[in-house]
Amino acid sequence: MAKQAVSFNLNGKAVDVLVEPRELLIHTLRENLNLTGAHIGCESSHCGACTVDIDGESVKSCTLLTVQAAGSEVKSVEGLTNADGLHVVQQAFKDEHGLQCGFCTPGMLMRTYRFLQENPNPSDEEIRWGMSGNLCRCTGYQNIIEAVKTAAKNLQQA
Amino acid sequence: MIPSSFDYHKATSVADAIACLQANEDSKLLAGGHSLLPMMKLRFAESPFLIDINGIDELKGISMENGTITIGAMTTENELIRSELLQQHCPLLVEAAKLVADPQVRNKGTIGGDVAHGDPGNDHPAVMLALDAELVLQGPDGTRTVPANGFFLGTYWTGLEEHEILVAIKVPAIKSGVGHGYQKLKRKTGDYAVAGAPVVVEMDGDIVRDIRIGLTNVAPMAIRAEAAEDLIRGKRVDDALLKEVEKSIIEACDPAVDLRGDEEYKSHMAAIMARRAIIQAIENAKG
Repeated sequence: MAKQAVSFNLNGKAVDVLVEPRELLIHTLRENLNLTGAHIGCESSHCGACTVDIDGESVKSCTLLTVQAAGSEVKSVEGLTNADGLHVVQQAFKDEHGLQCGFCTPGMLMRTYRFLQENPNPSDEEIRWGMSGNLCRCTGYQNIIEAVKTAAKNLQQA
Repeated sequence: MIPSSFDYHKATSVADAIACLQANEDSKLLAGGHSLLPMMKLRFAESPFLIDINGIDELKGISMENGTITIGAMTTENELIRSELLQQHCPLLVEAAKLVADPQVRNKGTIGGDVAHGDPGNDHPAVMLALDAELVLQGPDGTRTVPANGFFLGTYWTGLEEHEILVAIKVPAIKSGVGHGYQKLKRKTGDYAVAGAPVVVEMDGDIVRDIRIGLTNVAPMAIRAEAAEDLIRGKRVDDALLKEVEKSIIEACDPAVDLRGDEEYKSHMAAIMARRAIIQAIENAKG
């Protein structure tokens, strides 16, 4: 099972890794590239803590082989912040207390980032449906919904 | 969790994928991977060789000709949901796809993977039965088209021959007097159905000229509730008839007992889902 060379763009920078075909993207991100923002939760594509953005879509990186990401544009939570500081989505989660322990937050942020491009002005119902692939065990979701709404409002004003 | 070791090839065409299946014993196709990879992590499935068919353009896309819609096997669930062609001409597929897994999984999960995997919990097989779909299979000896009815043989067992690939799905476009209904009971987002029921009716005024009722996750494979269909065909549907239909559906069910419920509960829920889907389909046929 020879290792394969895989190249992709991660948060705007080209990266080259050498991986076994069985290596999952979440492990490459965390252990090879030392980006530990995306979390390993359920490992069975239910919880969404490992959500990253690949070629403009939200994907659970625990259920994607790194070799499958070859040639892709990958964005992880580390790529959200810019020179001005927190991304609008991150600021909204902070302002609305959309997190408690924070474990699910990187996935929530990355899903919100993409969801609000798919649907810039969502209703509460649409937010619940659009965010349904991300589980949170602390907040009871209400403040997460508020954070997504606030982010939507601030993104439209930005 | 990491799957055990395997070799990987990204196929460039269907012919390349078939040649690769032939050349590598026990190789498996990697479609969306959201059923296969979790199974491989848990060692429920093992394969020394995965053939990735995600890059094959000829397996993607949705088109319509002469009242028949052709859907490439590697079309994702979210592509089904976003398709204006399907929203207009085959709403059942859109409604079913909306209730598959969650947004992230629907970006990767494909209709072909869902149909060919053979898991009785998958949603599309029963939808295929209700739509009377045809499946286009390509193998070393060429291409054949088979009806979905008869394709689902048991748990992880379909009519797919060795070295064959499901390349496309053909479904009839909805026409005047035809209605679609879909009901699925699940415990939470991302879970498989406790029971699901896609229904297609063809109405002649108040009379049901024809009906197909599919059932999800209440037998070793997706099934048609044929006895229940026979009760309805040629009749006007009223409460007394629906009571008979419910009994017949409970008879038809043979669910596996698991954390979603026992046999009695699941069979009863299948009957309720079917009842609601029948009423919904008749209502939609009028629209």
